[in-house]
Amino acid sequence: MTFNVNHPILFIIVGAIITLVLAQSFYFLFKALRRAKQLGIAKETVKKTISSSAIFTVAPAVAILVGIVALSKSLGLALPWLRLSVIGSLSYETIAAKNTLGTALGTTVTDPSVYISIAWVMTISIAAGLVLVPFLTKKIHKGVNSIGMKDKKWGETLNNAMFLGMISAFVGYVFCDVGLVIKGDLSGFIPVCVMLVSAVVMVICGVLSSKLKARWITDYALPLSLVTGMASAIPFTMLLGGN
Amino acid sequence: MKNKNISYMDSVYRDGRIWGIIVGAVLISFPFALSFIFGALPNFKFLLQGLWATAPMYWAVGIIEIFTYVPMLGAGGTYLSFITGNISNLKLPCAIDAMERANVKASSEEGEVISTISIAVSSIVTTFIIIVGVICIAPLTPVLDSPVLKPAFDMILPALFGGLGVVFVSKNLKLAIAPIALMLILFIFVPALNAERVGIMVPVGVVFTIVIARILYKKGKI
Repeated sequence: MTFNVNHPILFIIVGAIITLVLAQSFYFLFKALRRAKQLGIAKETVKKTISSSAIFTVAPAVAILVGIVALSKSLGLALPWLRLSVIGSLSYETIAAKNTLGTALGTTVTDPSVYISIAWVMTISIAAGLVLVPFLTKKIHKGVNSIGMKDKKWGETLNNAMFLGMISAFVGYVFCDVGLVIKGDLSGFIPVCVMLVSAVVMVICGVLSSKLKARWITDYALPLSLVTGMASAIPFTMLLGGN
Repeated sequence: MKNKNISYMDSVYRDGRIWGIIVGAVLISFPFALSFIFGALPNFKFLLQGLWATAPMYWAVGIIEIFTYVPMLGAGGTYLSFITGNISNLKLPCAIDAMERANVKASSEEGEVISTISIAVSSIVTTFIIIVGVICIAPLTPVLDSPVLKPAFDMILPALFGGLGVVFVSKNLKLAIAPIALMLILFIFVPALNAERVGIMVPVGVVFTIVIARILYKKGKI
């Protein structure tokens, strides 16, 4: 078969794989929904979990699409579609492609062996989770849960500590370029300003929700703060520069 | 796949393992399928060069990520997230927010169920948005590729962690001070720590915060 990065057969295979991935998500969704009913979790809570998770996902999913557009210029649509629908990210796939070629991705790849090499490297280099998760998850999950069973309060603190640990790493990352200010480059402040806007929107939502006794506001507070923060990046970039 | 004698959690572990092995095998066999269809082998120079420069680092990070994220995502959430990806920038924040609003703890079975529902919905919505995007790529490209919108998409992580951070930090102020101070110092003063390294710093932040939490807990301060 003559190779071309947008060959229809590629879309058929990728479509089939993505259908399988979707089937797994639906399987676990229905399984968890059944269990939620058995556990007596309020219908309203489940409904809100579904709707706010769906709404929250829109902006990050569109950002993933931006990554597909970026990669599609040299790799066609099918491979980036698969790679960004499964574990990986725009930065990871770009690095994997660059490491394979020895140079950055440029014009459309026409040599099938180069394309296949890139697909191999992208797939294998991030496969640790794919290969190990089926075998390690039960042990790790049971281990951590047993801590919570022995000492409930410590178990809850441990969970909070883990979430905070992750959040603190990202808060630190937001400040990673503020050092550029010494060189007169203000663009390092852009992420800091965006984070502040998002935090302020979240606080306003919290205050409004308790003052107006409107719980529904908190259900959509995170997506609202996310999108407002992202939108604020446009004027901040104009003001503070950046590339 | 029904067996009334086993607990919900055991059935999640069992089904997760089966699905994980099937989907993992299909994903890994994709490059083989390409060789078969196009009758071409990979270019071994490129393949080895690419694997050598990429795999050791991402496998090391990947293994640490499993230990870091499994307790936070819950079992069902883990089986889905490690297939569909975008854990720290989408699935985990989504699950954390859902558990917070439903007022359930990640370590409880209710937390497990809410986290799984939230991550499954997020995975499904992401996949559908990407499918629609791929179908409509021609009209969408000028918008998605527009230089005006680029800063907004580049700033998704600060926008996400501003909102999520303020909730968690304000609720756990005592515990939050030390890890945030440490990360600020590290990211501001160590030039090697840049946007690409944040993934490596998550486990560091998690372990450090657990140690601080243990000390404060033992002293009865939290």
